[in-house]
Amino acid sequence: MSENEKRVGVYVCHCGHNIAGTVDVEHVAEWAYNLPNVIISRDNKFMCASTGQEQIEEDVKEFNLTHVVVASCSPHMHEKTFRNAVERSGLNPYLFEMANIREHASWVHPDDQDGATSKAKALVSAAVHRVLHHEELTPMQVEIRPEVLIVGGGVAGIQAALEVAEAGHHVYLVEREPSIGGHMAQLDKTFPTLDCSACILTPKMFDAGSHPNITLLTYAEVEQVDGYVGNFTVRVRKKAKMVHEDLCTGCGTCWEKCPKKVIDTVFESGLGYRKAIYRPFPQAVPKYPVIDVETCIYYDTGKCRACEKFCPTDAIDFEMQDEIVNLEVGNIIVATGYDLFDPRRIPQYGYGRHENVFTSMEFERLVNAAGPSDGRVVLRDGETTPQSVAIIHCVGSRDKNYNGHCSAICCMYSLKFAHLVKERTEAEVYNFYIDMRTIAKGYEEFYDRVLEEGAHFIRGKVSEITDATHASEEEGKLVVVAEDTLIGKQRRVPVDMVILAVAMEPRADAEEVAHRFGIGCGDTGFFTERHPKLDPVATVTEGVYIAGACQGPKDIPDAVAQGSAAAARVLSVISQREVALEPVRATIDEEHCSGCRICNTMCPYHAIDFIEADSVSRVNPALCKGCGTCVAACPSQVISGAHFTFDQLIAEIDGIMVDVNIDEPLVAAEMV
Amino acid sequence: MSENGTFKPVIVGFLCNWCSYRAADLAGTSRMGYPATLRDIRIMCTGRLDPTFVLRALEKGADGVLIMGCHPGQCHYQEGNYKAIRRFALLKRTLRQFGIEEERVQLHWASAAEGVEFAKTVAKMTEEITALGPLEWSRNWPNEDPHIYAEEAAHE
Repeated sequence: MSENEKRVGVYVCHCGHNIAGTVDVEHVAEWAYNLPNVIISRDNKFMCASTGQEQIEEDVKEFNLTHVVVASCSPHMHEKTFRNAVERSGLNPYLFEMANIREHASWVHPDDQDGATSKAKALVSAAVHRVLHHEELTPMQVEIRPEVLIVGGGVAGIQAALEVAEAGHHVYLVEREPSIGGHMAQLDKTFPTLDCSACILTPKMFDAGSHPNITLLTYAEVEQVDGYVGNFTVRVRKKAKMVHEDLCTGCGTCWEKCPKKVIDTVFESGLGYRKAIYRPFPQAVPKYPVIDVETCIYYDTGKCRACEKFCPTDAIDFEMQDEIVNLEVGNIIVATGYDLFDPRRIPQYGYGRHENVFTSMEFERLVNAAGPSDGRVVLRDGETTPQSVAIIHCVGSRDKNYNGHCSAICCMYSLKFAHLVKERTEAEVYNFYIDMRTIAKGYEEFYDRVLEEGAHFIRGKVSEITDATHASEEEGKLVVVAEDTLIGKQRRVPVDMVILAVAMEPRADAEEVAHRFGIGCGDTGFFTERHPKLDPVATVTEGVYIAGACQGPKDIPDAVAQGSAAAARVLSVISQREVALEPVRATIDEEHCSGCRICNTMCPYHAIDFIEADSVSRVNPALCKGCGTCVAACPSQVISGAHFTFDQLIAEIDGIMVDVNIDEPLVAAEMV
Repeated sequence: MSENGTFKPVIVGFLCNWCSYRAADLAGTSRMGYPATLRDIRIMCTGRLDPTFVLRALEKGADGVLIMGCHPGQCHYQEGNYKAIRRFALLKRTLRQFGIEEERVQLHWASAAEGVEFAKTVAKMTEEITALGPLEWSRNWPNEDPHIYAEEAAHE
């Protein structure tokens, strides 16, 4: 197609008042008529509405348009929408370009209407100049492998695994700990229904462990992820368990005989003990123990091997090595959960200094019938029942010094604790809260119930928990100091036990994990979803989904819902059998390639091979992700990055530097 | 561009698709205002940034160029922003030789969550370029002289 055969249609969107409230949309559309090859230029109230899209389709036919420009919102919002409209009109969908005059103009320059309008004109001009260089592109169709990797065996990951497995596809469920179950397995009761956590979770764990379509990889971590949607290659390190699972029956003789007692900082939150060979909890899935080589006597002194001696099936193997497993999967669901805030970071709350200051998870273990105190609410001495308990809300949440975010679950679990203390002791319970947030079904009713049970609620942020006494009734107690903001007075409440409702935080290694899977972390550190409202479980990387608390603080029902949602998204991709990959790929003009091999080392995906026979480099299109690093590096300029070609970008630069103050913006007379 | 005697710079932005373009989107959705001086171009990765693009923008009249990518270590393509850092160092040397002030071409990072930082970066750079005044680079070129073209033609 020669230059003057190109016919561009420009559509400038009002987006209601979102754009038109700041940018003079009619003027931009009128002005755009003067841009090169523009045949029709219109403004429209809502381009993304069906009428807007149909306008494009009609105009392409009526005016024989060859290229289309829409000036509206971010391409991350509606590029797909308009590409589809352009495709329906009979054009190749890549003969289209978007100008972002909402997020990048009207919304950020509300007080500068002229500036915003000028910028919109420049962006429209850039898009028109660029689109004239667009080429027809065809997405590469690749087959989708039906296998799915799910990372994290908490309740969200288990839910997702069961959904996918039930649909008939194979799931690899990778869990860092020796057992699946996650935080939920540690809990006693779940709010607001007071279901026994283990009673509702363990059947699911068992199902996941025994499902023919689920391969559990526990005590394992994902080390590397390569490939793209439909065809990921994942390297998983299975840490040596020192126990052969095919021989072990889970009888328990080994940990009974093991002479080494270790404080269990993971499952029992430091309140209980386990052995050096251990199964984290009785209902663990899989049921097999692992040897903790850090604490095992044999690895320290070279002697002991008691477990090996007593094992009736010879399942113990002290020489076992880590195993690397390479998995081929089509989709990935990341459900890596959260960490709990370490309250030592707030020294004035005295955790670690005052022995009867507990974290919420410690209290969960205390009230758990299978926990270290068999479910009795006792002080750290293991005997004394407290006469008064303070529950401090928002520890590490809603506090600019630690985490600005609300952890979403603390109000409710604090209410649950208040109820459980009331149920099991005669103690007075004092809740120190900033605001009560009981926002889901049945939550407010539970709050009412706990109020009726006689728990006290003091609205104020606790400034200090101290054993420095001011009065005789404070002797031997912990004094919780706070301003009661409802009565406007300083309160000192002496109690026997303090529970800190600690925040949910992103996993300590969340950034590293995010990078491994090609997803992002938001400013709170949790993984970022593709769209906060309309695409909550997808990520910017096709084929990688997120579910549960790794995406943000949430309670069990929400985590389960996201697990199911992510599974549904994956199943819909699998059922398409094929997926179209963005044709943004590099290609090398082999005729002019000098074979210098500079690009070979540039490529982060090793997608460029040197073909010895022809002395040229060649891009493997399936591995190329279209970053364009090689394109910029090629000294002969013979690598072309589709949809981001040299010509397209130079034209865009020329177009963006249009003089917006003259009516005939013919800047780029010299087309490259 | 001068209007009513006040100089409003034009800054061409090259934003990577994954972090800084999304930071700009976030600045938009969160309505964080910044001066209307930036005209941005989306590239997939700062690793794609051919230094020619920067020179082209300056040649066409830009008073400054702002390159923004993912934070080091967080590149969507693993290491494209490191390539950008290296090229930027070389580009700066070239620009210095052309007599172009340091502040005119800047490289910054913004993650997709850093709408505020994005807005602040544009505002700060706008201030700096406004203080420097217009660049009008191509206008100062001597090669408007037809003799040079004649000489070039003679060599060919």
